[in-house]
Amino acid sequence: MKVFMLGWEFPPYISGGLGTACFGLTKALDNLGVEVTFVLPRAVEGSYTSHVRMLSPASLLSQQGSPSLTKLRRTKIKPVDSVLQPYTSADDYSKRIEAILLAKRSGAGQAGSAAQMVGGLDYAGDMFAEVHRYAAIVAELASKEDFDIIHAHDWMTYPAAIAVAELTGKPLVVHVHSTEFDRSGENVNQVIYDIERAGMHSADRIITVSNFTRNIVINRYGISPQKIDVVYNGVERNGNSSKRPDEFGIKKNEKIVLFLGRITMQKGPEYFLQAAKKVIDEMDDVRFVMAGSGDMMHRAVEMAAELGIGSKVMFTGFLRGEQVQEIYKMADLFVMPSVSEPFGLVPLEALENDVPVIISKQSGVAEVLTHALKVDFWDVNEMANKIVAVLRYPPLGITLRNYGNSEVRKMRWRDAAVRCSRIYEEVLTEAVPV
Amino acid sequence: MASVCFYFQVHQPMRLRHYTVFDHHHNYFDDHKNAQICQKVANKCYLPTNRLLLDLIRKYDGRFKVAFSITGVLLEQLQKYSPETLSTFDALARTGCVEFLAETYYHSLSFLYSRDEFAEQVNLHRQSIEYLFGQKPRVFRNTELIYNNDLAVFLEEKCDFDAVICEGAGHVLGFRSPNFVYRPKGCNHLRLLMKNYRLSDDIAFRFSNKGWSQWPLTADKFAHWVNEINGNGYMVNLFMDYETFGEHQWADTGIFDFIRHLPGKILEHPDNSFKTPSEVVASYPVMDSVDVPHVISWADTERDISAWVGNAMQSNAIHELYKLEKQVKACGDEQVLTDWRRMQTSDHFYYMCTKYFSDGDVHKYFNPYDSPYDSYINFMNILNNLKLRTARILDEKRKVSAPASASLGVGRGGKPLSSDSSRQHKDLLPAG
Repeated sequence: MKVFMLGWEFPPYISGGLGTACFGLTKALDNLGVEVTFVLPRAVEGSYTSHVRMLSPASLLSQQGSPSLTKLRRTKIKPVDSVLQPYTSADDYSKRIEAILLAKRSGAGQAGSAAQMVGGLDYAGDMFAEVHRYAAIVAELASKEDFDIIHAHDWMTYPAAIAVAELTGKPLVVHVHSTEFDRSGENVNQVIYDIERAGMHSADRIITVSNFTRNIVINRYGISPQKIDVVYNGVERNGNSSKRPDEFGIKKNEKIVLFLGRITMQKGPEYFLQAAKKVIDEMDDVRFVMAGSGDMMHRAVEMAAELGIGSKVMFTGFLRGEQVQEIYKMADLFVMPSVSEPFGLVPLEALENDVPVIISKQSGVAEVLTHALKVDFWDVNEMANKIVAVLRYPPLGITLRNYGNSEVRKMRWRDAAVRCSRIYEEVLTEAVPV
Repeated sequence: MASVCFYFQVHQPMRLRHYTVFDHHHNYFDDHKNAQICQKVANKCYLPTNRLLLDLIRKYDGRFKVAFSITGVLLEQLQKYSPETLSTFDALARTGCVEFLAETYYHSLSFLYSRDEFAEQVNLHRQSIEYLFGQKPRVFRNTELIYNNDLAVFLEEKCDFDAVICEGAGHVLGFRSPNFVYRPKGCNHLRLLMKNYRLSDDIAFRFSNKGWSQWPLTADKFAHWVNEINGNGYMVNLFMDYETFGEHQWADTGIFDFIRHLPGKILEHPDNSFKTPSEVVASYPVMDSVDVPHVISWADTERDISAWVGNAMQSNAIHELYKLEKQVKACGDEQVLTDWRRMQTSDHFYYMCTKYFSDGDVHKYFNPYDSPYDSYINFMNILNNLKLRTARILDEKRKVSAPASASLGVGRGGKPLSSDSSRQHKDLLPAG
């Protein structure tokens, strides 16, 4: 079985869950003997810097003994030059283009590849045009590859995937990790919605990361339920068992409640802060940490000040690797108040690090996690109630942590990969050439 | 001969209200939900089954007999939400063919945590039963058939009972049959009746299971199994939840027809009879003594108490609750005492059970919570409030009594106002 897989990002240079999921899935597929050619946009290093530092996977490929890649025997990574990046908006995109053009005009040599790509007649000026330009390049790349099936992750890859499917006649599976409704609420970007819809309708089969997302795909995109399978994400065990600070004999006098994720509408940061306010009114010696960055970061800082809890809320900015481990060691509780979360890997990561979790009922992960406290994201009173309970009644945290940790251990990427390869086989038997 | 000895457990807890850390009122119990469930169960189970049993007792002219153990917390609810049910129990009591057993008024685990409290609750229950049904219970059953040698010895020494009931757990019986009367180890006159769990569960759990090789279970077939006991035992102890009839096994499974035809089929055999637990004890000799050093119950396959105190939350909640006993009793507030006792009902701890939780399995009969965690949080929030409330009353009492005792040499706290629910409670007890 050979799979032509289209993604956006791949570890270690990732900014969100998609890269983690793609890595976990491809690694598990690799172990099952499935050959994957993974195509992703090669980010172009311009002078534009966002909160997320994206490096070219090309440099990653050149790194000797990169741990994530040496493990994948059958997986090939094919970067394609593009300024496409995950979790960007059309606005961000035009800023980035401007920055690159500026760099080009000032004659900065390192922007060479970007100049090639965006310069001259190729420069289309907006993200959507770039998505289509990218599709054309990928289609060309695909014509030189040998594979049985196309597997595309999220909307930016759909036009490329559709093009490859049309060109090669191979069946297409699209994998929905999130939809425009998760990202933008009711203010959907019509162009993105149209691309998503076209991808889903062109696909022979759709994989969603939860029933939560499956329902959105059925109700909002008009897809027949029979065409959609749910494949829950797994958890990549990193092996380093983190020691909690109390095991080192460190006594801290403050309880720490953690928010970790992009600070953006979808993740519900304002509900976290409203709940924090209620908790702080109820008990002392508690601190709230918001780890992450995003378009609502400034708003969140302001809001903490407005609520009069500025001194009790810490903003750490974007954390990675070691820093994430550190923050988990400090945390007594992790809260994910997402407004709309197709899956949500972070609570699993928290549990893996022995931090009990509160998750919103509007998340896919709530379908698979039983040993977690669950609240409606808007119910800040109940959220605060549960936060206080975990901090005040130690047996609650102990039970949640112990059972939750062993529950997470049972969620393997292997199972997700087995499900995927079964879906591939079904699609291939269905798609008998006429 | 084989005597069929039916005993039905009749109980509904007083479920707690959703109570957050931000709540400070003292209405801990969800009257609306409790009324709803009580009336629903009354209509589906208690009323139709009581009427059926009354018919059968009349039809067989006193040869059909049963026993009930009705908890105090349910009696209070029936009085409030379904007085009709209470009057049908009263009618059953008047037939002379129905025995009422004793248990802890609050369906509590108090035996394991406070012997004083246990004795008080047994007394409360005994008084209520005597007051309502004109019988002084002679046979005791502990909550969830929780039992060990210590319980038997305590009952013999401190309470006046003829027999105690327990689960006929395989590991306790060994080669012995549950179809005989036993003597608990360490006791002289107290008798032990053990549940025949195979035949009991055939009715209570397997009756409607189409995957069971014996399905459908008919009165004929069951009577045949009972007849097989002849010569190999004196009686069959069929102990089960009363909600089996119409609630666990819905009417459309044919459970009522089964019961309607059972007495006739059993009595077809001339050596068979129906007996109440007290009659069984009076009729048959002791076979052997049974040693139960460890605590057993009738729950799950483990037959232990892990369903109530198996995890850290349960153990914490129950210890915190009983830790409050001294203060609650010292503060002299009847409503506080009643609330504290109602919180002892075993169901509150059962809801916190994490066994089988991830399998989404049983353990959720009328469980008002989405998860064991929610149930623990709610319980602890209420317990916290009760703790503060008790401390406040004690504080005020101290302030009042300090100057008073200085001048008069007598210190007595102010009498608390009697609230609605404590009056309720008093209605079930003899005056004075």
